[in-house]
Amino acid sequence: MIRIENLNKTYKTIQALKDVNLEVNKGELFAFLGPNGAGKTTTIRILTGLTRLSSGTVSLNGFDVGNRSVESRRQCGLVPQSINLDRELSVFENLTIHGKLFRMDRQERNKRIDELLDYVEMGDRKETLVKNLSGGLKRRLMIARALLHSPSILFLDEPTVGLDAAIRRKIWALIRKIQQHGTTIFLTTHYIEEAEFLADRVAFLDKGSIVIVDTPRALMNRMGTWALDRLKEDDMETLYFNDRKEVNDYIAAHKDSFTLRRVNLEDAFLALTGKKVK
Amino acid sequence: MIYGASAVYYRELLILRRRLTRLIPSWCVSPLLYLIAFGFAMGKHVTLDGHTYMEFLLPGLIAMTSMTQAFAISSEINIARFYWNIFEEIQAAPVSDISYVAGEVLAGMTRAFLAILVVLVLGLLFGVVLSLNPWFWLAILLNSFLFASLAVGIAMLVKSHADQSLMTSFVITPMAFLGGTFFPLENFPVWAQKIIYFLPLTHASTAIRTAAFGNRPSFVSLMILAVGGTLLFCISVWCVKKAKD
Repeated sequence: MIRIENLNKTYKTIQALKDVNLEVNKGELFAFLGPNGAGKTTTIRILTGLTRLSSGTVSLNGFDVGNRSVESRRQCGLVPQSINLDRELSVFENLTIHGKLFRMDRQERNKRIDELLDYVEMGDRKETLVKNLSGGLKRRLMIARALLHSPSILFLDEPTVGLDAAIRRKIWALIRKIQQHGTTIFLTTHYIEEAEFLADRVAFLDKGSIVIVDTPRALMNRMGTWALDRLKEDDMETLYFNDRKEVNDYIAAHKDSFTLRRVNLEDAFLALTGKKVK
Repeated sequence: MIYGASAVYYRELLILRRRLTRLIPSWCVSPLLYLIAFGFAMGKHVTLDGHTYMEFLLPGLIAMTSMTQAFAISSEINIARFYWNIFEEIQAAPVSDISYVAGEVLAGMTRAFLAILVVLVLGLLFGVVLSLNPWFWLAILLNSFLFASLAVGIAMLVKSHADQSLMTSFVITPMAFLGGTFFPLENFPVWAQKIIYFLPLTHASTAIRTAAFGNRPSFVSLMILAVGGTLLFCISVWCVKKAKD
């Protein structure tokens, strides 16, 4: 379980996080959604002990993160946004280093490495040098590495950034599989569809503050079911409807050109913050 | 502490092993040039305190190599920190700051010892045989400990890889030339000797040279290296703490 109370983070004069309060339940897949610079990565860095908090309290499964205790760090696995693998070393060597950092004994470590490489479908890549892996495989290896010491909470910071759609879907399937094994997952993303597809609950983050926390379905239902985009002179106007008949009636009564689509989280984010996620 | 330090050390050893075939030739270049240019060509007919210049020069080169190679760990840390973001992977693990510093310092010392073996082999090719007694190795150990500790601290303080080069230019290179590597300190004016006395490499080259000639090095020099190294190690632990936001 993740508990954040009155969390604030200030970098010199910039307040990156303002009074963030949040609870993520055991086994939940929770997504932090917001544009670049909203404070998503800062939150993850604080939760994983990489960045000091300015004020407030943060705990993982009851262990205080503020004092960077060994126990709080054992609770979590981290997949950061940027690739942070040793490129000159092999897949096995990268995983071995992680296992040693988390004090796993050799027998347990080697068994777990084999299990996880099969889990992320990289069993045949054990001796491959990381520099020879594709972007998607590197990302899968980072997920395997974060799971090596069997953490109960997994932090994924923009796990599919820079990946193409097909590989992104594969990573999503892997994330779902991890959650089904009981791991709590805290995910940051600025991909709307990622949050919609994966998250049990979503928090909208804007300028360092949480705007709202709810399920993706509930957030989208606030807007309606259908969205009708109408191109105006220099802007796009979007109208929301609850049923298809209302949409048809509206289109019939107007001679403009429209694009009809289903409501998504971007619409909810736009309505609540006045800006787009991307 | 031991688990964390050994994990950090293990990582550096794996990288060192991968690069060893490239590193060994690079470790040969500078000492070989100094031995040819200064030892063989210029110092052929020079004797100092009853030793040939080549015999005088080789312990100095060993002191200099132990300094530069131990200090080179700072570049490795910087690459891992600024380019590969691997520092974060270690920071997110249950590894204390002191364990991290210990692992990196050990890696720097290992690198220094391997490079010294190369210099000793080169010395043998030039016909220089030194006394490799325990005092000789102790002086090298303390010198590499001091400079590896300094390297970790500086690696945490600099903000980019370019800053790192500046530190090498302003700290390591002047020390390499002024710390008794190439000529006796007595050749300097008295006022300059007083300043140079405070350079750790001065004590390292004096201690290593004395031991290499079969004598016992000054206790004061060894103590200065040991205390200086310990102090820098503690400062490095503090720098690692400060390197976090």
